[in-house]
Amino acid sequence: MGRIARMAGGTVASAVDALAARARRAGRGTTGNDPGGGRWQVVTVDRTPDEVRPDGRWPEPLRRLGDAVQVRVRPAPGCRGTELAARPRPGRVPPGLAAHLVGDDPGAPVRAALRQAKQLAETGEVLRADRPAMDRAGPPG
Amino acid sequence: MRALCWVGADTLEVRQVPDPELRNGHDAVVRVRRSATCGGDLPLLAGRVPDLSVGDVLGHEFLGEVVEVGPEVRGHRVGDRVVVCAGVACGACWYCRRDLPACCDNGSLDPEAAETAWGHPVGGSFGRPRASGGFAGSHAEYVRVPYADVGAFTVPEAVGDDRALFASDAAPAGWMGADLGGVRPGDVVAVWGAGAVGQLTARAATLLGAERVIVVDRYPDRLRMAERHAGAETIDYRHVDVPAELRERTGGRGPDVCVEAVGVGCDGGSPRSLADRFTGRAERPTAVREAVHACRKGGTVFVLGEFTGFVDAFPLGAVTAKGLTVRGARQHGQRYIPMLLERMASGELRTEHLATHELPLEQGARGYALFRDRADGCVRSVLVP
Ligand SMILES: NC(=O)c1ccc[n+]([C@@H]2O[C@H](COP(=O)([O-])OP(=O)(O)OC[C@H]3O[C@@H](n4cnc5c(N)ncnc54)[C@H](O)[C@@H]3O)[C@@H](O)[C@H]2O)c1
Ligand SMILES: [Zn+2]
Ligand SMILES: [Zn+2]
Repeated sequence: MGRIARMAGGTVASAVDALAARARRAGRGTTGNDPGGGRWQVVTVDRTPDEVRPDGRWPEPLRRLGDAVQVRVRPAPGCRGTELAARPRPGRVPPGLAAHLVGDDPGAPVRAALRQAKQLAETGEVLRADRPAMDRAGPPG
Repeated sequence: MRALCWVGADTLEVRQVPDPELRNGHDAVVRVRRSATCGGDLPLLAGRVPDLSVGDVLGHEFLGEVVEVGPEVRGHRVGDRVVVCAGVACGACWYCRRDLPACCDNGSLDPEAAETAWGHPVGGSFGRPRASGGFAGSHAEYVRVPYADVGAFTVPEAVGDDRALFASDAAPAGWMGADLGGVRPGDVVAVWGAGAVGQLTARAATLLGAERVIVVDRYPDRLRMAERHAGAETIDYRHVDVPAELRERTGGRGPDVCVEAVGVGCDGGSPRSLADRFTGRAERPTAVREAVHACRKGGTVFVLGEFTGFVDAFPLGAVTAKGLTVRGARQHGQRYIPMLLERMASGELRTEHLATHELPLEQGARGYALFRDRADGCVRSVLVP
């Protein structure tokens, strides 16, 4: 009897473990073959959730993607700031971007927007590359 | 403006390129007074790094004068004489706030390239390929310095250009190797490589209290310098079995801390055979292997040398069997530079002897040839635009 209970207990425990592990995996953004929208792209921002979402609105680089993406935040463990996650909604194209441009890698504009949102929250601006010579007026030097 | 551009394997050319502009509020533009060659440039020069483009400006160790500042810059004004950390970091991310600026999340224009190469974005650097930041190099009349309050440091009046220049890269790299290698009073420290980085590692180890410092290289002039300026003992690896010699000199224990300051320059690692090149087998990091082998049990091997990707035949078994700590980093300069400038001002840290060759920017190609071939006792060529 005791032995069966132990076994049953063991089975329940491992089922719970498996569920918990699945929840943890999902929480980490590893959705595997989740048909709902694919893998979450995540950055950790070294600021509180309130600082990441001033006025309760998503930071501008993400707002620009409109409802083509799903967005969420949660505090990172151990005072590491805020985990800011986004993923494209299937079949939706962010406004202003041609479908054929994002078709290959719908995650790319999402990753770029997340990085920009993080940089804005942490440093106040987004790094800009030097302008290519062709774009500049007048002779060089 | 004029700038020294990479135009192909082993070929550099001074060209006219557009002046840099302020692009961010935290930017400054610096007029370059001194810009040095570095062992890390040699694989770039040789064309062994894939994403360098024709026309890219090399150089990342420099000193100059602020000529323009963005509206967000608080700590610098036009006219300041500054030495600029070779690494670009934001000062505000989790890594920067924990004194690991070389790991900065926001220091690169092309974080995706670094992610592909290393698994994560890392801090940026001047004068390197895109995966290392994408910022134009310092062998030029002017440089754009992003996050100027974080990466540019006003040089105390007492410190001359040729001394302060080394606070940009070689001195913080060497200091970090000794510091994060865990050098403590009484330690025996061995350093592979007697370039500017190795010599300044040796000097840092002495200042941190090491009882004996042993520098390994093959160039007698560099070894003499390490003896004279860093108070180190030396080993010429051409004539001596290095691990056996180290064992004998350390009572059979091996050095407590081993720092590798070699990398894959023209003479770093063992040359790749034709067969290796044909089969694509990676380089062998000879000095790292020797360091792992020689290091005492429970000791630390710190890798400062830069490797472009993979290495072959790494003695992993010895790491576990001997309980070693193996650590590496690109220099976290922002954390050390103010202290290094103070030591330079007090005369405790002298570096001008490393600036063996001073040349006008126009002769940059010659400066690199001297440095690459270790000709005429060259340890660093310093270019003056
Ligand atoms: N981690 C960092 O932040 C950082 C900063 C600056 C430079 N570096 C790297 O440090 C390394 C050294 O820089 P440097 O400017 O002094 O270079 P350098 O090219 O002037 O000197 C390298 C020295 O290593 C010696 N060497 C080659 N093979 C050796 C061996 N098997 N054993 C002992 N010595 C050997 C060479 O003879 C040479 O004197 C380079 O890889 C460079 O990229 C790293
Ligand atoms: Zn350097
Ligand atoms: Zn940072």
